Amino acid sequence: MAQGVCIITEFREGTFRRVSFEIASEGRKLADELGESLLAVALGEGVEAVASDLGGYGVEKVYVVDDALLKDYRAETYVPVVAEILQNLSPKVVLTAASVDGKDFSARLAARLGAGLATDCTELKVEGGGLKAKRPMYAGKAFSWCEWSEGAWPQVASCRPNVMDCLAPDTSKKAEVETAEVALPEGNLTQVVSIEKDAGGKLDLTEAEVIVSGGRGMKGPENFAMLEELAGILGGTVGASRSAVDSGWRPHADQVGQTGKVVTPNLYVACGISGAIQHLAGMSSSKYIVAVNKDPEAPIFSKADYGIVEDLFQFLPAFIEEVKTLKSTC
Amino acid sequence: MNIVVLVKQVPDTETKIKIGADGKSIDTSDVKWIMNPYDEYAVEAALRLQENLGASVTILSMGPERILEAIRTALAMGADTGVLVDDPATEGSDALGKAKVLAAALRDLDFDLVLCGHRAVDSDENQVGIMVAELTGIPHLGLAISVEVADGKVKIQRPIEGAKVTMEATLPALVTFGGAHAVWNPRYASLPGIMKAKKKPLETKTLADLGLSADEVGNEAAKVSVTSMELPSERQAGRVLEGDTAEKAKELARLLHEEAKII
Repeated sequence: MAQGVCIITEFREGTFRRVSFEIASEGRKLADELGESLLAVALGEGVEAVASDLGGYGVEKVYVVDDALLKDYRAETYVPVVAEILQNLSPKVVLTAASVDGKDFSARLAARLGAGLATDCTELKVEGGGLKAKRPMYAGKAFSWCEWSEGAWPQVASCRPNVMDCLAPDTSKKAEVETAEVALPEGNLTQVVSIEKDAGGKLDLTEAEVIVSGGRGMKGPENFAMLEELAGILGGTVGASRSAVDSGWRPHADQVGQTGKVVTPNLYVACGISGAIQHLAGMSSSKYIVAVNKDPEAPIFSKADYGIVEDLFQFLPAFIEEVKTLKSTC
Repeated sequence: MNIVVLVKQVPDTETKIKIGADGKSIDTSDVKWIMNPYDEYAVEAALRLQENLGASVTILSMGPERILEAIRTALAMGADTGVLVDDPATEGSDALGKAKVLAAALRDLDFDLVLCGHRAVDSDENQVGIMVAELTGIPHLGLAISVEVADGKVKIQRPIEGAKVTMEATLPALVTFGGAHAVWNPRYASLPGIMKAKKKPLETKTLADLGLSADEVGNEAAKVSVTSMELPSERQAGRVLEGDTAEKAKELARLLHEEAKII
C-alpha cells in the first residue's frame, strides 16, 4: 500500500541546494492535503550532519546515505540507491528537483521504477486522492495539466527551481534521521575529467532573481559591459537573445528563449531586444519585465510592465547612476 | 563504429500555439513541422563523427508517416539509413512508453553510440532520451556542446554556469545535446544530398516487428497523461514611461524600488 510523500534532496559542497527547501515546502503542503507524512531521501558526502535541518521545512523523517562515493551526482550510484530506498518505502508521491542533474536523475529514476513522471512542474495540487501537475510546454507558450493513471504509484514530479514557495524554516524543528541500509554500487561508467572555471563564477540563469538581457540592439559584444555592470548592482546575471548569441557576442549558455533557457526571475530587463516569439516564450513568466528599445513598435513592449522607448546607450548609463544613488540611500 | 540518432519532429519555434478542440493537445492545422533543433544538433555531431571516424549513422524515430520528412532531411544532410516505428498503437504513449519503443528498436540495431537532443522543444519533457539510456542500461552524458570518441570512450563538454565540465563515458553510451544553433551550425541538405537521400534505405517497423505488444505502450500503458491544456494568461502591456532620459531613469528606479520592491 503506497503511503507518504517523499522528496529527494540535492546536496552540494556541504549544503542543501535551495530547490531542496522549495520541494520540502511543497511536499509539506501536499502531504497535509493528502493526510500523509513527509519523508526525505538525502544522499551525499557529509549530508548526515545537516539532514535533520530539513525538519524546519516540515520533513518528518530523512533517510540518508552519506558516503564519499556520493560526493558528486552520478546516475550509476544515485539512481539505484534512491530506487531501492523508494521501493522499500513505496511512497504515493515523489518530488525531485528539475535542476541540471535533477533532470537526468528524475528520468532515470522513473524509468527504473516504471513510474510516471511529470517534469519541470510549476504548480502541484491534490485532486481525487492523488497529484495533479501543471507544467509548461513549448517553452511556456502553453501549459498542460497532467494526471497519473489509477494505482500508478509513485507519482513522480520534478519541480522547476525558483517557482514554488519556500517556507521560512522553523529552526526549532528537527527531522528524525535514519541511515538507509542499501548496497552502494561502485559504478564507474561515467567520469568527470575536468572542471574548467570561468572567471567570476556565474549564477545560473534559471535560478537568477534578476536578469539583464541584451539583443541585437547592443550592437557589439563590448557593450555588454554595461549590462554586466547593471546586473552586478542588482545582484543578477546577464542573458542574451538568440541573435546576440548567433552573432557570437555572448556564450550560448546565456541564450534565453525556446531553444535556450526558460527563465522566471523577479526582474527581467530586456535591452535592445525586439521580442521574437521564441524569445518571449522564454521570459514572459518573469515577475516584472522592463524593456528598453528605441523602436516603440517592438513586440517586447506588449509584455513589459515598464517600457522605455529610448536609445539604450543614452538610457542605461543614466539608469545605472540612478540605481547606484538609490542603493546608497536605502 | 555505428551511431544511432533519435529524432523527433516538432512544430517550428515560430509557431503561435493554439489549443485544439479536445482541450488537451494543440491545433496542428497551421503547424509547419521541423526536426527538433536539439536533435538536429545531434545529427550534425553524428555527421562530424562519420567524417572523422568513418562511422555509419542511422536515424531512428517513431510516430506517424509525416515524420519520414524529418528522417529524409537527416539522410539528405548525410546520414546513411533511417528507421521509423510507425504503429497507431503507440499513440498516447507517455515518455516511458516512447522510451520502451525506441529501446526495443535499438536492440535490433548494432550501435556504439546513441545521440539525441536533451529535450524536444514541443513538450519540453527532457525524459525520453535519458529513459532510453536507463532501459538500455548504458551511461548518459547530458547537455553536450562537443563530442569526441576515442579508445572505446566518448568525451563531451557540458557548460554549467561559471564553468565547463568535461565528462567521459565508456561505450556504448547515450549523449544528449544542448548548446545553441551557434554552437553546432547544422549543415543544410544540399541538392545532391536530397537526390542521394531518395536512394538510401529507410525502413518502417511496427510494434510486432520489435516484439512489443500494444498494451506495453500507448494510451493504455501510460502512467501519466495530459488531461487539459491552457494558454498562459496574456500579459498586459504596462506603462511606457514619459519624460526626458533623466526623468525616465529616476522614475524606473523609483518603480522598481517602491512598486516592484526589487531594488
